[in-house]
Amino acid sequence: MKDLHAFLISPGEAAQQHGPHDRIVMSSRVRLARNLHGSAFPGWAKKPERVKVLETIQPAVGSLPEMADSFAEAMDNLTALDKQILVERHLISREHAAKNVGSGIVLNREESFCVMINEEDHMRMQALRPGFQIREAWTAIDRLDSALEKKLDYAFDNELGYLTACPTNLGTGIRVSAMLHLPGLVLSEQINPIIQSVNKLGLAVRGLYGEGTEALGNVFQVSNQMTLGEGETVIVERLEKVMSQIIEHEENARQTLLEKKPKVVFNHIGRAYGILANAHSISSKETMNLLSLLRLGIDLGLFPDTQRSLVDELFLTTQPAHLQKQLADKLSAEERDLIRADMVRAKLKNVNRPVTK
Amino acid sequence: MQCCVCKEKPATVHLTQIVGDKMQKLDLCEECAKAKGINDPTSFAMADLMLGLGASQELDPSAVGMELKCPRCGFSQADFKKSGRLGCPECYQTFAEGLAGLLKSMHKGIRHVGKVPDALRKSRETGDRLKLLQKKLNKAIETEDFELAATLRDEIKAMSGPVPAKAAK
Repeated sequence: MKDLHAFLISPGEAAQQHGPHDRIVMSSRVRLARNLHGSAFPGWAKKPERVKVLETIQPAVGSLPEMADSFAEAMDNLTALDKQILVERHLISREHAAKNVGSGIVLNREESFCVMINEEDHMRMQALRPGFQIREAWTAIDRLDSALEKKLDYAFDNELGYLTACPTNLGTGIRVSAMLHLPGLVLSEQINPIIQSVNKLGLAVRGLYGEGTEALGNVFQVSNQMTLGEGETVIVERLEKVMSQIIEHEENARQTLLEKKPKVVFNHIGRAYGILANAHSISSKETMNLLSLLRLGIDLGLFPDTQRSLVDELFLTTQPAHLQKQLADKLSAEERDLIRADMVRAKLKNVNRPVTK
Repeated sequence: MQCCVCKEKPATVHLTQIVGDKMQKLDLCEECAKAKGINDPTSFAMADLMLGLGASQELDPSAVGMELKCPRCGFSQADFKKSGRLGCPECYQTFAEGLAGLLKSMHKGIRHVGKVPDALRKSRETGDRLKLLQKKLNKAIETEDFELAATLRDEIKAMSGPVPAKAAK
């Protein structure tokens, strides 16, 4: 069995991955839901049937050239901590992390493809790309899916398309999404009307680490909701258009804030820097929110000698499971807050105070 | 305010979601919220929850009948109400009538558009063409255009695959 921690790209390297518009778009993802003909969906299937499905799908996925040298494991072989790390990396869903016997994961070396087996559907395959690359992600997952359909007998209906456990995914089974970092729209209080208008287009906006409009770390996930009655490319193109507009709004909001309310911006960023660089105890939630402001500061040129990747790395390493993994002993949340603060202070030691003229 | 699920305890979790022009609101007590997975907000969609609750979007019981069970997997209408998920791919046929309204309310259309597995593409196209011809044929018969009807019938026959020698005579 491969060691997950040795397999995963280190947070430092992960933060170095770049893509178009990655100042605002942190990552892009397209996932397809697929099920096997003649087998009950995972939520209804008994254990032996789920195991059988896992044993059918896992080797089929593993045999694809894209998935050579992959991490393929049954969920019951992973520790709770490893599963949580996969969640924090956005490689598997929280729902999948709760699975055990009869569920599995296949993740390729580059972490550009991740297949969840027996999550809500028999298969949830996802293509992940850094930055704004939903079209590339769709092309990639489309190719993977076309290769897999030759090896597996998909449940497909001429009228209803790909059959899924939940009717909300029926048809194309596609979910196109991107994680957007939108501190400018949040600070200028434009985020709610934007969310509302995006909702009106039938798209969902979720907070990354929590429901509600003010998402943790000002990160929002935008995705399609409807999957039946519309082709994949139409869905991808609509999301591309909407996301481009959100990116433009965010850039404008940042520019306007700097011109009209520089003191407000400098105050937020300066305080965030002050706390992060000097705190001795800090929760993961506060860390995320302050790191978001630091990231904004870097984007706005207030930290000319600092790379954005420093923040992106901390976004990962300060989360509970990632933090715990680096330590020998199991710590309480309070103890972790101390260690987290030490880590952030050390990382910011060579980051100079924000330059505000 | 009372919890809208158990109708017993006071509601402490309040959810609002806007879908299209409609605003949906839910008021739940802490236990029901937990049971529905709302303490883990990233992993649920309100639409799913509404399904589970059987609010406005449930299988139409008059169309389905409460006792209907999927012959393949034994899944029932009550199970769907509980989970908002179906039991197996065949459930879509078993519960087709009851699902139609639900699908209409949650999707852009009720017929799949987009990718089709290579192996099935041909049969899907043939199926579509046959359906169209059959429609034309019915109309031709209705309008007593028997010449057209005969042509259409031959075309349908030819497409339906090789006809046994005896019947072809």
